[in-house]
Amino acid sequence: MAFESQDHAKAYWKENLGLMLKLLTVWFVVSFGFGIILVDVLNNITFFGFKLGFWFAQQGAIYTFIVLIFVYIRQMNKLDRKYKVEEE
Amino acid sequence: MDIKTLTFIVVGATFALYIGIAIWARAGSTNDFYVAGGGVPPVANGMATAADWMSAASFISMAGLISILGYDGSVYLMGWTGGYVLLALCLAPYLRKFGKFTVPDFIGDRYYSQTARTVAVICAILVSFTYIAGQMRGVGVVFSRFLEVDITTGVLIGMALVYFYTLLGGMKGITYTQVAQYCVLAFAYTVPAVFITMQMTGHILPQTGFGATLADGSGLYLLERLDGLSTQLGFAEYTEGTKSGIDVFAITMALMVGTAGLPHVIIRFFTVPKVSDARRSGGWALVFIAVVYTTAPAIASITKVNILNTLNGPDQQGVLYENAPSWVNNWEQTGLIEWNDNNEDGRMFFSNDERNEMRVDADIIVLASPEIASLPNWVVALIAAGGVAAALSTSAGLLLVISSSVSHDLLKRTLMPNITDRQELLYARIAAGVAVLIGAWFGINPPGFVAQVVAFAFGLAASSFFPAIIMGIFHKRMNSAGAVAGMVVGIVFTLSYIIYFRFVNPAADNPENWLFGISPEGIGTVGMILNFIVALVVLKFTKDAPEDIQEMVESIRYPKGAGAATSH
Repeated sequence: MAFESQDHAKAYWKENLGLMLKLLTVWFVVSFGFGIILVDVLNNITFFGFKLGFWFAQQGAIYTFIVLIFVYIRQMNKLDRKYKVEEE
Repeated sequence: MDIKTLTFIVVGATFALYIGIAIWARAGSTNDFYVAGGGVPPVANGMATAADWMSAASFISMAGLISILGYDGSVYLMGWTGGYVLLALCLAPYLRKFGKFTVPDFIGDRYYSQTARTVAVICAILVSFTYIAGQMRGVGVVFSRFLEVDITTGVLIGMALVYFYTLLGGMKGITYTQVAQYCVLAFAYTVPAVFITMQMTGHILPQTGFGATLADGSGLYLLERLDGLSTQLGFAEYTEGTKSGIDVFAITMALMVGTAGLPHVIIRFFTVPKVSDARRSGGWALVFIAVVYTTAPAIASITKVNILNTLNGPDQQGVLYENAPSWVNNWEQTGLIEWNDNNEDGRMFFSNDERNEMRVDADIIVLASPEIASLPNWVVALIAAGGVAAALSTSAGLLLVISSSVSHDLLKRTLMPNITDRQELLYARIAAGVAVLIGAWFGINPPGFVAQVVAFAFGLAASSFFPAIIMGIFHKRMNSAGAVAGMVVGIVFTLSYIIYFRFVNPAADNPENWLFGISPEGIGTVGMILNFIVALVVLKFTKDAPEDIQEMVESIRYPKGAGAATSH
């Protein structure tokens, strides 16, 4: 057991899952939400010469994905340190 | 200098570079051969993953497909990038902590079962073979156009080179070679894109340029003009789609999940030193992939306008054939562009209705884009080198998965547990050799459905590996019976659906007959859901995974104590 206690192990995993779910929600909303389900609605809005729904499907979703992964990396490194389970 | 000489020089120089790197980083042990001794830094690994990932399909055909499909082409853009979010958040760090070589290793150990391992090996080989068939054709297309050799010779030269440096270098050689290949392919992809964007809109960045106004003084937005032209010529409006919403959803999901389940991508995350590096590798890989993937839709739309303008003339009345630009004649020789003067007016006309007289193959759009925009010959040669780099880097990664699946997972772990490391390496080389020959055969005799075959590989991975790995990490109690039943049902369902609609009864391959209106390309999503359901139901009626396995699952959930990847 690398954790100080069973409670720590549980809390670490819970925080990890919480962060994951939050980020995956954004992942779903920008791609499947804005890019596919709501595409016709968003296409009524123009964004730098693009129809907004089209822009999300061909550009915006990809940029968001990158941001999501780097936010995850940052938050997880913090979490690892908080529970003292980071690598040497 | 003419295009042929320049192509020889540029492609030759890049090859010399790759082979030099392969020799410099020669594999000394089985560890090196499979996972580069765990010693690859995350940025380099991210770059290598990006090169490994971006195949001939991404480099050569994706922008072309988007150009034809318009909005519907977004499935490839979102699908092939969104998978990295799943990889980085849900799979990579845990698999790295687990610390084995291959995906079947994880499945076999996690589900404490030889059956599970064997099912996983079969799935891995199926997925990798489906994928590699497309790559060989890609090399052939590039060589046949630019070196003016026949396609068979092109494929054979390419195969010999792939085999040579895969075996010489192993994973370590491949990793550093792929770093070089990434640089070549990203440079080759973006430079022509910047040129054509500047010509068309005056913007330097393709990413913003294709949303800008045209530089011809009309004041129209590029996409507005493209939508207008498309409607006028009988194509679907470019920024709207024709596929049903559910199909776009299913294909995107299958490609995303498939990305996260592809063995040759997952294996990448075993090659970094630490768990935190596995997370970072995923992020860097996506950054490098995004450079190409955000440029692709710009190339797609700008080249579409260029093609329509050069074939039909600015007035959209058709251009006299004797005035056709040279790229039309060049590509006519390969058979990838055809012109039939139906109305015998001597003019070419490209549309999507009864007036159409042209057949323009989607696969030429990226390769021909610099010629279409009349860019200098060295840019054309650069594109050729990029296409070759993309096809070779992916093939090498796939060969490694096939050879390690056979020698390590099948022989060493299942059939012949007593072989030495040396023998294992020998069998790996033989397996790669056989895989190369089969790949070359498909390259020379393409089944004629290469682009779809690549998408099918994702469906197969989505319906088999992804659920098994996810439950292996997030569902401690999941047992071997559930996982095996899920994988078998998922892949058999997906494979049968694809085979039925593409080979048994292709006449019925239309939305009316599809299950829920989902095409064979997107059916992996349904296969994945079935896999999850079957596994969870079987778990209800069978015993939970044993205590020691549950403890092992606990231990892969935090980074501390991760050692280098090992074979046992």
